[in-house]
Parts: sequence; structure tokens; C-alpha cells
Amino acid sequence: MKILVAVKRVIDYNVQIRVKEDGSGIVTDNVKMSTNPPDDNAIEEAVKIKEAGKATEVVAITVGEEKAQETVRKALAVGADRGIHVKVDGILEPLAVSKILQKIVDKEKPDLVFMGKQAIDDDCNQTGQMLSALLNWPQATFASKIDVKDKKLEVTREIDEGLETIEINVPSIVTCDLRLNEPRYASLPNIMKAKKKPIEEILASDLGVDISSRIEQLKVEEPPKRKAGIKVANVAELVQKLKNEAKVI
Amino acid sequence: MSRESMEYDVVIIGGGPSGLSTAIKLKQLDSSLNVCLLEKASEIGAHILSGNVFETRALDELIPNWRELNSPIKTKVTKEKFLFLGKTKSLSWPTWLLPSVQQNHKNYIISLANLCRWLAEQAETLGVEIFPGFPASEILYNEDGSVKGVITQDMGIDIDGNKKDSFEPGIELLGKVTVFAEGCRGHLGKQLIKKFELDKGKDPQQYGIGFKEIWEIDDKNHDEGLVMHTAGWPLDNSTYGGSFMYHAENKQVFLGYVIGLDYKNPHLSPYDEFQRFKTHPAIKKIIEGGKRISYGARALIEGGFQSLPKMYMPGALLVGCDAGTLNMPKIKGSHTAMKSGIIAAETINYHFKKGDNLSVYEKIFKESWLYKELYKARNVKPSFSWGLILGIIFTGIDQILFRGSLPFTLKHRHADHETLKPANQMPKIEYPKYDNVFTFDKTSSVYLTGTNHADNQPVHLKLKDPNLPINYTLEKYDEPAQRYCPAGVYEVQKENNENKFVINSQNCIHCKTCDIKEPSQNIMWVTPEGGGGPKYGNM
Repeated sequence: MKILVAVKRVIDYNVQIRVKEDGSGIVTDNVKMSTNPPDDNAIEEAVKIKEAGKATEVVAITVGEEKAQETVRKALAVGADRGIHVKVDGILEPLAVSKILQKIVDKEKPDLVFMGKQAIDDDCNQTGQMLSALLNWPQATFASKIDVKDKKLEVTREIDEGLETIEINVPSIVTCDLRLNEPRYASLPNIMKAKKKPIEEILASDLGVDISSRIEQLKVEEPPKRKAGIKVANVAELVQKLKNEAKVI
Repeated sequence: MSRESMEYDVVIIGGGPSGLSTAIKLKQLDSSLNVCLLEKASEIGAHILSGNVFETRALDELIPNWRELNSPIKTKVTKEKFLFLGKTKSLSWPTWLLPSVQQNHKNYIISLANLCRWLAEQAETLGVEIFPGFPASEILYNEDGSVKGVITQDMGIDIDGNKKDSFEPGIELLGKVTVFAEGCRGHLGKQLIKKFELDKGKDPQQYGIGFKEIWEIDDKNHDEGLVMHTAGWPLDNSTYGGSFMYHAENKQVFLGYVIGLDYKNPHLSPYDEFQRFKTHPAIKKIIEGGKRISYGARALIEGGFQSLPKMYMPGALLVGCDAGTLNMPKIKGSHTAMKSGIIAAETINYHFKKGDNLSVYEKIFKESWLYKELYKARNVKPSFSWGLILGIIFTGIDQILFRGSLPFTLKHRHADHETLKPANQMPKIEYPKYDNVFTFDKTSSVYLTGTNHADNQPVHLKLKDPNLPINYTLEKYDEPAQRYCPAGVYEVQKENNENKFVINSQNCIHCKTCDIKEPSQNIMWVTPEGGGGPKYGNM
């Protein structure tokens, strides 16, 4: 069984996001970038399945600019066998990414496609679902537990009401939740070895898919500043203020 | 525990200007050398914080064609100002009356973090292996006592010291020569200085704490290329310090404050001095309408020539501010750090090719401009122990009339942890409330640094005696850690009517001030898990 894992380069989760002064986007120059956190879980799970002898190959793929290759390199350092980098400049929407992934799936013919449940930059939570539709493959989203059973997967999903366990057929798409596992550290010798693993570079423009934007971005703004709070003398005053001023009760 | 090990010709600890310059020069001298460089930050530059007005002298030597290589050195200094601040007034000091070491017309306003990122690219192009996210936690010695290399920090240990599922043991990195370039108060450098008595016969090292904020300001207040320094308010005559304000590109100003860690009043809060400095009319009018986008702090070396330890030992070299090459009157340490790295590389090259002892470092250093520069600068900082006014008068005589050639050397008499007076003998200081426009609390400041340490790991700020803060330091000095820490790591909390010393180590921005200033030297800064600490952008 072969697993394709999609990883995305995003602004590191510790970095405070800053909006460009002209409202055209966010500042990314010299900002620390990392792999989208749930994508790390997706890689970890794929590597674990391979280590358990249930998969034969783990291929990491990213779609993005030159430096996005760092995320593939990191995936290789924690156990992926080889990488694919689909090169494209600028920001792609989920539909465009899923069309690109569809092309790669046609070529690579994996049995499973893993990815994070959503990326922490645009929070779209769409790519896995769209890819599932394009391929007409079953999907299991928000996975917090995956059991590989022959030609089926048993997946526990994190849903609003609690946990839902479903069984889906292979081939399929799984999007991973942060609770799925604890990603391992890349050790220094493995980082060295990863430098020698192959990464295939493909130009997005060579794949023959329409990746143009469907959404026009009008403006990016910071959320309004929180106003200073006030101190109330007692519960009665609090209730009165909530009722009459805030009008929430 | 058995560990994997990797062998290199040279292992370099620290990806700042000195470490990167060592790496680049080594590969230029001999491209066949295997050189690796460890950096504790998540990426090169993420733990770098500096003013910075950059003198290109060392870079001109290292990479003469840097102008053609898209380096981040762009904003030339065009104007200079020096102000003495009173509480509300300011007095401009004519720049022609400044010692030449404080004149900057040939220099550039840069982000040192971005320069380091660029240097790292140059180093990698030359074949240096750079490993960010890997702190060196221990020194390895050969049987003959010489330095053998380092061990990288174990990853995946929980707060009680147990191995988690994700445990990844550190590995041994063995170098024929190991170069320590950790910056000011490196925790391994400190051990080496002690073990090999590198500071024997030298004055105690002197430190300062430097703060920096980046502001995006109104177009009409911005004057790209303007370099401004101030002395005076809010510090009193006996406290050493001053501010900088550099107008960089993109409507940004780099605004900062440096305070000597030899201050005496335990009630003094360096952070709050910096915050209220910004409310001075001469400063306020520049940042008014602007927005603070970055914050950070880092200890720096001020001891200079008298305190500079021996920089070589069997199997290893100490470079940059891990030793202490900063030029205090120039307020610059980047070009000197780089030069010390270049000298280290030349030393290692002689060592490998001709079998010279590493002590040849001393010889090359003494013949270099770096030595002359530090020698001339030596009397400035100690003269300020007589107070600001006498310090300035002496510095004028020493630097303008005699150009640093007076036939005597003033001494640094005390280490910084010895200078605090008991709290009950010193005046309390009331700091104004933060206004959230010009001044901010520590929590919102630390938030801007992007600081994080992986959860549930051992506390990397070790107390030699865990009871000392409450039993002794609180009573005698009102526990100054609450104030000298620029990130709010240390707190004294009341719990069931009892005082408790709390260490919020996840907030630590790796400035090392606690390791320096704690009056009993009770706090030890050790390396946390790799990749932790601040994530500075262009600091």
C-alpha cells in the first residue's frame, strides 16, 4: 500500500500575524514558516503505518513556491521515502490545490491520501473534501484514530457530538486531527539522510489544470481592538449592566 | 546512555555573526573541510537581536563583493543626533563633538537577524551544514582534558525527566576543533571559561541588558538613515545606560534601550525604564501615531578589553560575545564578532595545515585591527562608574584628545551580580501605568516575540538552591528577578498566605539576564528543547 501525504508551508503558529498596511494581505517577509501542524500528524501517521508493515511507501507532496520544499524535506527527515514539489507562485485556493493533487494521484496511484484537516493560515478545511469529490473516493475527515484493516480503514472522527467511528474502503482520503498522534522529532542523522532523498519537481503549469482564483480578495483587516474592561462593585451591578448595557441577558 | 555520533573537522556552536563568519572563512580557506554549525533557535536569525548600526569592515574582508549578492545591508546612515534628556527637556549635542568612534556616517542601519539569515545562505552555498533547532547542551572532553565536541539537547523529555514516546536522544558531534559562538553569556562558554580559567588575571565581565522594539511610524516623522542616541532621563546619574533610535527602511524605526547590569538599586526595573523612556516628549513625538510591531531583549557584553578572556583552549576556541568582543563606546559588536570569527578560521587553518597550536589565535588577534580597536575603547565603560557626567568628561578627554592612548587602564571592580544594595537601603521606584499606546505590559510584549517552549519539558532555568529566592533574596533584595527579567518569567505569588517563587520558563526569551544578575548566582540558564524561545523576525 502506498500513502501520499500533502503538506503545506504556513506561518509558524507562534508568530503573531501582521496585516500589511495597505490591507492587501499579511506580512510574510522574514517571518518564521513551518509545516502546517496537522500535516505533521498526517506524516507521522503514514510513517507509523509503514513502520507497522501495513504500507510500503510514503510520498510527501507540497504545492507552493520554491521554499515550500522545506516542508517536504522535513517530512523526509521524519520518515517519508520521497517527495514531490509542485511549484507555483502566489496563493492557491483549495480547489486549485485539489485539482493539482488529483493529477498527482492519477500519476502516483496511491491507495491513501492523508493531509491535515485544515491549514492554519486560511482555515479553509476544504482541500481533502474537494479532492475526494474530484476522485470520487470515500473520505474520512478529522481523524483522531486510524486502523488499517486489509482493504478498509476504521477511522475515529472528532465531531461536535463526540467521537464517530466509521469504516471506509481503500482507496480513500483521510484528513487528520491534532489528536491523532504526537509527531516525532527529526533527528540530526535523519535530517542528513533526508538531504539525499529524492524530491521530484513539477511545474504546476505543466499539469494542465485551471488553477486561477475563483475568489476576489477585497481587503485584509485586523480584528477590532478589544476595549478596556470595567470593574463592577457587586453581582447585582454586573447583572444590571449585562441586562441594560450589554443587553445579553 | 549510548549515543549516535557524527564527526566533523570543525563543529561551531551558534549561528550568529561570529559563528557564521567562522564557518564561511573556514570554507573559503579550505573547501574540503567538513564544517557543521548548530543553532538553538528554530531557524537562523530567530534568536538574534541587535540595534543595529553596522560597520562593514569585517564583512568587506569576508565577502568583498557583498554589495552584488543581494545582502540585506541597504540603509546608509545619513544623519546623526545625540540628545541629553532631562525629564521634559532635551539638549542636542553637536555631533562634531562626539568621539570619532561614535560617528556613523559610513555605516548602515540593518537588521542583524536578516544579515545572519543571509550569511547562513552564503555559508550553505559553500557547503557548511547548518542545523537549526539543535542546542548544544553539554561539552565532551577527551581523556587528555581537551575539548572533543558537544552533545545536542535530548528531545522529548517530560517535566519530571521521564522519556516521552517521542524521545529522541541528543547525539555527539565531534570536532577536531570546536568553536563556541553562543553570544553573550553562552552557557557552555561559561563552563569553558571556568574550567580552563580563561579569565584568569582579567577583570570581572560586565554586562548590560538591551531592549529593542520595532515601530512602524507616520511618514512625516520618519527620516530614513537617521541615527539618534540619548543619555540621561529616565536613568539617574549613577546608572549606566542610554537609548538608540534608528530610522530604517519601510517607515520603521528600531527603538531601544541599554542599561548596565551593574545597577545598584534592586527596585529598578530595566523594562519599565525603557517603557517610560518612550513617553519623553522628544521620543513620543516621533512614534506618535505609529504602531509597535516587535519587541525583544538580550543581554550584551560591556566589559571589553580588560574582561576579555583568553579565547583559545585545547581543542576549542571562543569567539564573538561568547568571549566578549563588543566595542562599548562604539556601541557595536557585530563587526568585531565577525572579525573574531575570521581570526578563528585562520587559526584553525594554520592548526590543520601547519600543525600550529590553537594559541596562534592570540598572535593573529594581537596583530589585528580588532585588538587595536578594543584596546583604544577600554577606558570608556569603567569611567562611567564615576557617574554619567564625569564619565562623559573623561571619555571626551580619553577618546577625543588622546584617542584611547592614555597610559593606564581603568579596572572593572565588581561583577554585576555583586552590585545590588539591600532593598531597604535604596529608594523604591514608582513606575507609571502602561498606556497601551506608547507603553505596554510585559505579557503583551512577550506575545510579540512569538516565544514558545514545547509543553511539559523540564524547566530550563535551574535554581541551585530552590528555597533561596523566598528565604533570602526576597527579603534582602525584594527578589529583583521579578524586575530584571524582561519577559516576566519570575514571579513571587502569595499562596495560602505564603510566598512562592514561580518560574514561567515558557516565556523565556533567552536573554540570560537572570544568569548574570541574580545576586547569589542562584539561577542557571541551560538549554531547553531545540526550536524553543523567541521567533524574532527582523530584529
